[in-house]
Amino acid sequence: MTVDTQSVSVITGNRAAAEAARLARVDVVAAYPITPQSPVVETLSKYIETGVLDAEFITVESEHSAMGVCIGAATSGSRVFTASSANGLAYMCEQLSWAAGSRLPIVMGCANRAMSAPWSVLNDQQDAMSQRDQGWIQLYCRNNQEILDTFLQGFRIAEQVKLPVMVCYDGFILSHTVMPVDIPEQEQVDAYLPPYSVHTILDPEEPRNVNPVTLANPRLNGDGVLCHGYMEFRYLMEQAHKEALDMIVVADEEFEACFGRRWGGLLWSYQLEDAEVVLLAAGSLAGEATISADMLRSEGIRAGVLGLRAYRPFPAAAVADALKEAGLVVVFDKSLSYGYDGPIRRDVQAALFEHRVMPEVHGYIAGLGGRDIKARELVDAARDSITWAEQGKGPKPTDWINLQL
Amino acid sequence: MTVNKTLGRPESLCDVPTLYCGGCGHGVAHRLTAEAIDHFGLRGSAVGIAPAGCSVLLYKYFDIDTIESAHGRALAVGTGMKRANPDLFVLTYQGDGDLASIGMCETIHTANRGESITAVFINNAVYGMTGGQMAPTTLPGQRTTTTPAGRDIAREGAPIKMAEMMAGFDGVAYSERVALYDPRQIRRARKAVFKAFEAQITNSGLGFVEILAPCVTNLKMTPDKAQQWVIDELCATFPLGVYKDRLPTENQATTPAAATQTATAECGSVTHAD
Repeated sequence: MTVDTQSVSVITGNRAAAEAARLARVDVVAAYPITPQSPVVETLSKYIETGVLDAEFITVESEHSAMGVCIGAATSGSRVFTASSANGLAYMCEQLSWAAGSRLPIVMGCANRAMSAPWSVLNDQQDAMSQRDQGWIQLYCRNNQEILDTFLQGFRIAEQVKLPVMVCYDGFILSHTVMPVDIPEQEQVDAYLPPYSVHTILDPEEPRNVNPVTLANPRLNGDGVLCHGYMEFRYLMEQAHKEALDMIVVADEEFEACFGRRWGGLLWSYQLEDAEVVLLAAGSLAGEATISADMLRSEGIRAGVLGLRAYRPFPAAAVADALKEAGLVVVFDKSLSYGYDGPIRRDVQAALFEHRVMPEVHGYIAGLGGRDIKARELVDAARDSITWAEQGKGPKPTDWINLQL
Repeated sequence: MTVNKTLGRPESLCDVPTLYCGGCGHGVAHRLTAEAIDHFGLRGSAVGIAPAGCSVLLYKYFDIDTIESAHGRALAVGTGMKRANPDLFVLTYQGDGDLASIGMCETIHTANRGESITAVFINNAVYGMTGGQMAPTTLPGQRTTTTPAGRDIAREGAPIKMAEMMAGFDGVAYSERVALYDPRQIRRARKAVFKAFEAQITNSGLGFVEILAPCVTNLKMTPDKAQQWVIDELCATFPLGVYKDRLPTENQATTPAAATQTATAECGSVTHAD
């Protein structure tokens, strides 16, 4: 990979998100401020006011309305963008389901933040994980360059499979820290991302109702055309997610052809080839785990990392394939499905079981509500797991790293 | 000659320095609210409901029970609390992002139901805590981080006038807009807060007081310039005055607020809805 240093800027993750929206030539931005996302839309409002970006910026009164505006604009043919975090994302919940069910290629940023109560503005991934089953594609980023690139890929994916895409990046850890980021030229992006071709056709010559009330079974409409029932729509949405498993990889490959870098498609690995112990996570924590893998290797433990980039659709076959030689998989979740376990850990375990790949899988909950988590602590967790596995103690209860009760 | 101490810290206000910016209105508004809690003897029964915004931290300053609610939902949480526990004194303290923007739905429906709650509303014409974005109360032409060239009424609409709007609901017993830019206005604001308390105490309906205050940090002004901005700009758009007063007459005679029944404003036009 070669990088023209002229195009490299030292910017925050939020700025990277805003630059991506600018380069994607979005037509409409609607958002309500929430920490740590706010600088994304502040930057975009400045670009729109100064004519850098030709778009409408709508200062709505809530996230629920922000997504409503996005739905209206996308339905009538605009490329739209918004961003939120935590409670804002949760307040959008109803509209998230509307956007996905309407098959609208909306792309939004989620600067991951802990959910209330109690109030916290700091990072974990509970917000996005709580919206897992709304029908949105979810992609997680490990650094600021990946944030910019993933938003551009997000529009390619969304507009191909007709599903909304949520690009997730850890609040403050990425949203507010600066890193060198290569900001591509507009011509490059235009070549990668063609203008949005609207798929929901509103035509005054042939008036129609988008999203009519749908009954349980397919039935004839007034013109005698057999229309889908609710289950058919939902099945097709699931098929679109299956299609997205391929499209996420294709979008990344095409990105490499245009920009000379790629991010792994569905997932990425580090020192995985001969790894006996695999550390697995999503987002910046997975990036941190590469340092932990190096530390474990310096102690003679063959450790590697599997980073989850796509969480929905979940790349079950790819995960199982990547882990087929592993003896022990240690999964770190920055969220919790209360009453069960870390969602990533359980999804990984189910994927492995389905594909008859049977390493030992241990889970750790880490970094909730901004609790700091160091590479050394991931190493300690991995060592605990190695000892547990060596002693043949069987299933290991999920541990909470650095819990101070 | 003996000098008696006539003013001190209200008992319901904690003896701690506030973390609010110098020149911010929250400190004075907190004090006036605490004085009302003390005056009506509500320390044992008052529950404060905090918004999302700078005053999310009000539990640090009020020596009463407080609860955090989701952004904009204070009056809904307050409704549940008051209906289930009519003996409680339920007080919400909300900014313009919380009460007039994301929580507008709760605000107007709580007003319409005439819930016996007291709402103290701080209008500083900007989203303070999140970094100076446009609020529904932002003035025309005012520059914010989401309207860098100034609010354009054609695009973002006109400032929402909460005190006038609340007065229009039958369920609202008292609605007044006040400011804090000089001692006389602060005294007037104190009386207005007392009136908004009385509305709940007499079970007359919602008590509402809108307090104009500057956000010095996001205005990027010194405190004195910010106060002048309140007088010149904020009061011009948001006229001070009593917009609704249907408190029972017999109570008016028994409270220090009685004298304010016919309060007149010093800037802007005054509306007497009742």
